[in-house]
Amino acid sequence: MIEPATIQKSWDVDAIRQQFPILNREVKGKPLIYFDNAATSQKPQPVIDALVNYYTSYNANVHRGIHTLAEEATLAMEKSRDAAREFINAPSREQIIFTRGTTEGINLVAATWGRQNIKAGDEIIISTLEHHSNIVPWQILCEEKGAILKVIPIDDNGELLMAEYEKLLGPKTKLVAVNHASNALGTINPVKEIITLAHKVGAVVLIDGAQSSVHLNIDVQDMDCDFFALSSHKMYGPTGVGVLYGRKELLESMPPYQGGGEMIKEVTFQKTTYNDLPYKYEAGTPNIADIIAFKAAIDFINKAGKFKIKKYEDELLAYGTEQLKQVKRLRIVGEAKEKVSVISFVVEGLHPQDLGILLDNRGIAVRTGHHCTQPLMDCFGIPGTVRASFAMYNTKEEIDELVVGLHKAIKILS
Amino acid sequence: MSDPKKIEEIEKEIAEEFSLFDSWDDKYEYIIDLGKKLEPLEAKYKIDENRVRGCQSTVWLVADHKDGKIFYKAESDAIIVKGLISMLIRVLSGQTPDDVINAKLNFIQEIGMTTHLAQTRSNGLLAMVKQMKNFAIAFKIKDPVAS
Repeated sequence: MIEPATIQKSWDVDAIRQQFPILNREVKGKPLIYFDNAATSQKPQPVIDALVNYYTSYNANVHRGIHTLAEEATLAMEKSRDAAREFINAPSREQIIFTRGTTEGINLVAATWGRQNIKAGDEIIISTLEHHSNIVPWQILCEEKGAILKVIPIDDNGELLMAEYEKLLGPKTKLVAVNHASNALGTINPVKEIITLAHKVGAVVLIDGAQSSVHLNIDVQDMDCDFFALSSHKMYGPTGVGVLYGRKELLESMPPYQGGGEMIKEVTFQKTTYNDLPYKYEAGTPNIADIIAFKAAIDFINKAGKFKIKKYEDELLAYGTEQLKQVKRLRIVGEAKEKVSVISFVVEGLHPQDLGILLDNRGIAVRTGHHCTQPLMDCFGIPGTVRASFAMYNTKEEIDELVVGLHKAIKILS
Repeated sequence: MSDPKKIEEIEKEIAEEFSLFDSWDDKYEYIIDLGKKLEPLEAKYKIDENRVRGCQSTVWLVADHKDGKIFYKAESDAIIVKGLISMLIRVLSGQTPDDVINAKLNFIQEIGMTTHLAQTRSNGLLAMVKQMKNFAIAFKIKDPVAS
């Protein structure tokens, strides 16, 4: 059994919590217990300060101006690009493209590399675990090109059946797109193996890192992926910012995505030449303030220590799993051997939404429903689950409150 | 036989019943109780055609038109939504199509359940209210004299 004392020693969660002002608020008269981190994370003061500071002190448009404010803003934004490069160990800053988020990153690849390289009869492989954002862009592409979408099946634990994946791979496979970690179940996928096998048949691999970049150490060179997409708002940063990383040869050979200012070299009505990477894919005025504040989030994570954070989250996951398993009629959905700190569950005979509403009455924020993974829920034959997802500021005491809340809710509803 | 109660009267009754509750817990226990007591919809009506889809919970709704009045029957797979359905049926069933179309349903805000009709809840309830009014419009068109 996990002793509470063990958890406290390794991590000063109170000191961390003090840096997140929203954790002081109440919901329906009770202290907020925020367990919806897989949907979006809360923000530490340095991230909030970075936003306010930008608009107070040096807001200006970037890359083109020659005045002081423009230089300061440009420098700050490009420092963020460097921080992002380092965070995922990309070989060069030119391969870090700022997007609105993971969904846009995936759509960008589908619209550019996809349209250029996928032909009728080609095959794209995704998995049963995928979020709609890593399904729909490929469906649209397949429909447009007459290509075929194939899906890696999973077992009852929510783990990919790798033997089946190998069978799906073949000479027609052009792209494999999978998530690094499942938002609905928490499963961590063996991406290195997936990538190695895909490369053997000459396929390109896109990894959806929306759920992994906040929990796991990301090294795109070690992983050897061709594309990696992540979202700032899932990793203690602001909304509206994401990163798309791509292999240099691919990014250089792909056609542009959106056309407009910033992504051009020269424009005439006869012909326009495109800018170098990364600007080729950053048309229009970027989300400057949030890109800059995103660096504050990266710095915050680095300061706290990624491995320390993971260790603490693993302890919360273990404790939470153990406690929830003791609730009668509760069944955990998704018990992969390797998971990020996400626990999805159902209570026999009760609708997840009813549980979620009653938990909200006690100040506890969980997510209920299909979590934008309808095919996955269909696979388990359930309409949805209750999902609790933990971050660096959650506590064992909060998990205890969740269990108490569940017991009460189950009693009232039954 | 006395005149059937008007919508506003019923809404006032409900608001008064809810004013007795102090806490959110009590309010929801009452709603859950209503939900558990809601007459189940016959299986033959729980078909795709009658589904009012929400993001998370499902509502089945059927309506009938008799003697110039519209009658509703509904069910959901979520108990709290069933409780809210129970209140909506109490307010709107047995009323004229015109009264249903014009009903403002202020009682929902008065009892603090507005979030359940908000887009964010996506529980089928907002869609259900719209559908109840659509039925009223349809019956009015079909049988304008009786309305």
